[in-house]
Amino acid sequence: MLNKYPLWKNLLILFVLVWAAIYASPNLYPPDPAIQVTPAQSGAEMSPKVVDQILSVLKGRDIDVLATEAEGSTSLFRLTASDDQLTAKDAVQKALGDNYVVALNLAPTTPDWLLSLGAGPMTLGLDLSGGVHFLMEVDMAKYLEGRIENYRQELRTRLREENIKYRRIRVDGNSVRMSFLDEALRSNADSFLRREYPEFLRKEEKQDNYFDLILTVNEQKIREFEDYALKQNLTTIRNRVNELGVAEPLVQRQGRNRIVVELPGVQDTAAAKKILGKAANLEFRLEATPGANRYTTEEYAFRSDEFRTARLEKAIITTGDSVTNAQPSFDENGFPQVNIDLDSKGGASITRVTKKAVKRRMAVLFVESKPKTTTEIVDGVEVDKVVHIEEKSIISLATIQSVLGSSFRITGLESAEASELALLLRAGALAAPMYFVEERTVGPSLGKENIEMGVNSVILGLAMVLVVMVVFYRLFGLVANVALMANLVILIALMSLVGATLTLPGIAGIVLTVGMAVDANVLIFARIREELANGRSPQQAIHEGYDRAFVTILDANLTTLIVAVILFAVGTGPVKGFAVTLSFGILTSMFTAIMLTRALINLIYGGRRIESLSIGGKA
Amino acid sequence: MNNAIDFMKLRFGAMALSLLLLVVSIGSLATQGLSLGLDFTGGTLLEVEYSKPPVLAEIMDTLENAGYEDVTVQNFGSETDILVRMSEAFRDNLGNEVLKALQEDSAENEIELKRSEFVGANVGEELRDEGGLALLLALFVVMIYVAARFQFKFSVGAVAALFHDVVIILGLFSLFQWDFDLTVLAALLAVIGYSLNDTIVVADRIRENFRIMRRGDSIEVINESLNQTLGRTIMTSLTTAVVLGALLVVGGELIHNFALALMVGVVVGTYSSIYVAATILLLMKISREDLMPPEEEEEVDDRP
Repeated sequence: MLNKYPLWKNLLILFVLVWAAIYASPNLYPPDPAIQVTPAQSGAEMSPKVVDQILSVLKGRDIDVLATEAEGSTSLFRLTASDDQLTAKDAVQKALGDNYVVALNLAPTTPDWLLSLGAGPMTLGLDLSGGVHFLMEVDMAKYLEGRIENYRQELRTRLREENIKYRRIRVDGNSVRMSFLDEALRSNADSFLRREYPEFLRKEEKQDNYFDLILTVNEQKIREFEDYALKQNLTTIRNRVNELGVAEPLVQRQGRNRIVVELPGVQDTAAAKKILGKAANLEFRLEATPGANRYTTEEYAFRSDEFRTARLEKAIITTGDSVTNAQPSFDENGFPQVNIDLDSKGGASITRVTKKAVKRRMAVLFVESKPKTTTEIVDGVEVDKVVHIEEKSIISLATIQSVLGSSFRITGLESAEASELALLLRAGALAAPMYFVEERTVGPSLGKENIEMGVNSVILGLAMVLVVMVVFYRLFGLVANVALMANLVILIALMSLVGATLTLPGIAGIVLTVGMAVDANVLIFARIREELANGRSPQQAIHEGYDRAFVTILDANLTTLIVAVILFAVGTGPVKGFAVTLSFGILTSMFTAIMLTRALINLIYGGRRIESLSIGGKA
Repeated sequence: MNNAIDFMKLRFGAMALSLLLLVVSIGSLATQGLSLGLDFTGGTLLEVEYSKPPVLAEIMDTLENAGYEDVTVQNFGSETDILVRMSEAFRDNLGNEVLKALQEDSAENEIELKRSEFVGANVGEELRDEGGLALLLALFVVMIYVAARFQFKFSVGAVAALFHDVVIILGLFSLFQWDFDLTVLAALLAVIGYSLNDTIVVADRIRENFRIMRRGDSIEVINESLNQTLGRTIMTSLTTAVVLGALLVVGGELIHNFALALMVGVVVGTYSSIYVAATILLLMKISREDLMPPEEEEEVDDRP
């Protein structure tokens, strides 16, 4: 029993350690407090003049600026003291006004040579960096209602084109009910639908002398609709978040109908919500002709001026979901305009309608959904109930100059009006209304406290474990301690590399890993002691101890890993952070507690005759 | 071994203790339930820091007079840190409104909003369901793994031990009405992992000893195994308890209950791998035959 590792194994371990040290090191460089300035209008550039203006504002406030960086349209001002951060933000925001978004940021200070290796610090979760977290829910019921209504209108035209005579087509809950005068017509329609609309479940019914056909959309198509709505909303929310100019925002789908938005460094939730939560949709409608029937028209106020109204037709040409893009620009004479792109369906219907409506005016209605709390009496008890109220206002009323296609423009605007309208048009591209169902803000001071407390508990816990191990296992304990430290470094390196987010529960996971990582070593050392007590020679005891403990360690760690993976799969936010550190910790501790300690023990005791081991205990 | 502790002699007493704890836990859960945190109930929560320690009752009065319903006010970590919870649905300006109301009543005592949280009622309900599902899923998968890796009787013992741990932790949280939030749920799952770790190490040794100890009945084999793993069990529990102690003391209020749940879990988990898992093995009449590797059929070479 010589207990020597082959050279390649030692080199492998050394390589892993060096690699881990490199990739963990960016975390040692403390980030600079910084403020980040972005033009509110997407696509606009930061001019050197504005940068100078910001610098002079900061100088006027006696705030030291470490460095200025520009990336795309965003400028970053690194400050020397974190106490200045809030003052600087407020001062700059005040000086620049609403045309620029100013946000707090922590700028990493990773040296270039590390950056070139792809190394960078761990991302901090909101509970550590401070910021806002939103959970938004897509109102799928409303969205599906809209789809059903769309079907009804579409079927009307299609049946007319196919020359299938129907009595009426109505929306009946979640289904479309078509009524026919006789059975032959119905079976005609039935075969047409089977051919053209495979997504419908068709049911026949006889009611009031009519032969009815009830169409419901199948589960698969509903899933498809939901998926589309969520994706569309996700894109829109991403765009809006970008307009907020936040450093490293997170916009993610959660489950079937929710979207998580995390904005580190943002403190002003109201402003963020105003931009995110514009649960808006658009309706394109024709202005009513003078003297039109009051039942087919409605009157709406203008968004910019509530005393100015216009009467519009009830029929909707197309909605905001067909708007694929809207950008402010200038026409050939230098006047501001907004270019609008529609998808093919929206384009087709706008062509059809505008063919007969040149020289009439078309309005764009902005539909906002706002929550309102009312009380209602249920079983004699007052219960709060949140209802969502739709508010519609006109954002544009323009004369149709010619037949429009899927790409057209609105002219005759002022410059500010054009950019506002484009923003609203794009904001209106939410496929389905959304509501805030969760909101959390963490102040920057609390984040700092959390980091401090987290780091303190890691240090304190680690120190105590180190002492306990040396007291109980002497030299072997010392070796285990080296492994434990290496374990921490590798864990941090791994987390930095995969871009895992560090949260407070994540730090708790690291602390727990520290406590449990020595378990493998304790198992091994206890075995070695036992083997020694059974009269084995020291070299044999080491060999047997490692050998026999291995299966146990593997079993124990694998089961814990299973639990951690389940935790990751079902958990959200902070719980996920905990699961990530726990799983990584299990994997890295297996490596350090078995391979690394064995290599060190082999270096110390291997390849020579020894009389005793410094492992404490009775032996 | 001469200095061995006869663990199994105490098994009836331990069974009685476990049963008592389980009955108390389930009783408390049934009668007063858990004090669920905001994550699960939905509602609004604000953390406010005063520059001087305020009087909680006054804050309460102020908020109730301002018309907020179901208000609870408590200290959070320090005397100047106040946690306000209410069932009020969140509005954009609620944080500032509350802050203003509080500031008006304590003019010379500067206050700052540290954090605000709002969780919709539906979200809380779903989290509750998902949490329960996660627990059951974890237990189920573990049972399958242990059954495949060891033997069916071991998996019953292991899962019974885990169930025992989870119920007792939940019971304690219910009995003392400690806040049960999302992090505590995570801790509960971590306890499953930890306790399992312990149970498996013991089970591993029991299996090994059944194979190598030719003499001795089941009780003796299990006792011997428990004694052999005792040193390791104590050491690991000690180091884990030490780091959890660190979390409890300096980790801050946000993860206090998380550390608390884990701490209870480590104690109960250690106990349960000795008494619950091993006792169940005895109850199920574990025997040497259960653990012998299946004899390999000899290959008959009948070729000429």
